[in-house]
Amino acid sequence: MDIAIETHQLTVAYNAEPAVWNLNVQIPLNAMTAIVGPNGAGKSTLLKAILGTVRKLSGSISLHPSIGNHNAAIGYVPQRSSVDWDFPTTVFDVVLMGTYGRLRWFQRPGKKERAEAMDALRQVQMDDLADRQIGELSGGQQQRVFLARAFVQQASVYLMDEPFAGVDARTEGLIIEVLRERQRAGNTIVLVHHDLASVSEYFDHVALINQKLVACGPTPATFTRENVALAYGSVPKQLP
Amino acid sequence: MLDFWSDYTIQLVVLGSAMIGALSGALGCFAYLRKQSLVGDVVAHSSLLGIVLAFWFTYLLTGTASKSIGILLTGALVAGLASLFLTDLITSYTRIKPDAGLGIMLAIFFGTGIMLLRFLQRSQPAIPGINGIDDYLFGMAATMTSGDAWLIAIVGVAALVTMTLLWHRLKLFTFDADYASGLGMPIQMLEVVLLALIVIGIVVGLQIVGVVLMIGLLIAPAASARQWTRSMAAMCVTAACIGAASAAAGAVVSATGSGLPTGPVIVLILSAVFAFSLVVAPGRGLLHRRRKVVS
Repeated sequence: MDIAIETHQLTVAYNAEPAVWNLNVQIPLNAMTAIVGPNGAGKSTLLKAILGTVRKLSGSISLHPSIGNHNAAIGYVPQRSSVDWDFPTTVFDVVLMGTYGRLRWFQRPGKKERAEAMDALRQVQMDDLADRQIGELSGGQQQRVFLARAFVQQASVYLMDEPFAGVDARTEGLIIEVLRERQRAGNTIVLVHHDLASVSEYFDHVALINQKLVACGPTPATFTRENVALAYGSVPKQLP
Repeated sequence: MLDFWSDYTIQLVVLGSAMIGALSGALGCFAYLRKQSLVGDVVAHSSLLGIVLAFWFTYLLTGTASKSIGILLTGALVAGLASLFLTDLITSYTRIKPDAGLGIMLAIFFGTGIMLLRFLQRSQPAIPGINGIDDYLFGMAATMTSGDAWLIAIVGVAALVTMTLLWHRLKLFTFDADYASGLGMPIQMLEVVLLALIVIGIVVGLQIVGVVLMIGLLIAPAASARQWTRSMAAMCVTAACIGAASAAAGAVVSATGSGLPTGPVIVLILSAVFAFSLVVAPGRGLLHRRRKVVS
């Protein structure tokens, strides 16, 4: 199996507090991988390090040559709570932001970009809310807007930070369906995931981390009670 | 009244004030949406020290008093940025949190500025023109010259052109900096550009509003405009209009003989606009929301 993303001895720290520590993770190409671990385990930090938005203290990250290193080669879905949803803008305009990485300096999004944004909204069944203010959306709708914004980047790798946090069951089902479609189209999907009960159902691969790597590999062999206990300190109640 | 409208000086003051209000109002939207109101207030208060130092150095070097806003506002700009730089330095190397750091810098810069101003005003022999610096505390639109107006026009056009050319990137950065960074945008550069625009929005307003109340002209138009608009572009245009109208009206009231400093008059007008917007704006106003709850 080809490796899409591999970290070697990755260490990232905020104000001398390590967030991830000598982390070695392999994320396979064209798979759905869950990053699982307790609060403060460095899951979001790992995504940001791969994306290149936090500075590495040491170690390295290598990407498969097919991913490319142009701007916006990696589609990113940040945590929903990371932005102010009272910002004066519409659903459509937020999705259009996904095309900005391709624009040259001083260039404005044109007809092509607008058509692509509308297309991405259709994929997440939000096209009828294109002109809605983002402040008037439900949690699930907000998440779908962020997903559409990442899709419009036309990346081959997608990193998503807890896309199921605070969304309704219908949105969760829709997101999984859309992600599987992306996987069939050859994309690599990486999710920070909190709900241990659905890991086995949703993901081919799992990386259990708690600052360091606990275990990483195909879900059935890796996502065991022993490994979860190693990552969390005990087996959380939500696991059957 | 007829006399008033034909008076060239008053026309100049009204026009200049309107330009300043428009510029501060538009650029204030970035400060408002990035939740940097306190940062704006620190820059405004700290700039007093820069104004006093610029006046003093010019006097020491040339022996004459400078009333050129080019020199005084350059001093304001440097002091405002220095206060932010020092805040950054303190919060990076100690456990002081950003809001406390900003509060400390505001107190130090403004306090030193006032001390130095009073010291210079009492020094013997008297320094000519030093008492005019008092106008920068609460603003005095009436002292505006055509040279001042031209300088503000040039700075304003430059700031607005920069804002328009980089509009999409600045908007994305303001909304979601993490995502902008993930798209490979040079976010440190955007951060600097945005900070520079906000600081320019503050410094140009000092002459008419003064350091103490400048935060009002920066934030109140944006907060009012947010109530009425559904896009960031519309918000900026609306805030510019509110800022321009309030500043012009304040300048008229202040210049027509009352002798009131311009700043408080403008801020009172802005407060009325803000209160009105807060209550009656469709969709976001308190009246509307109350009706929604009732129905």
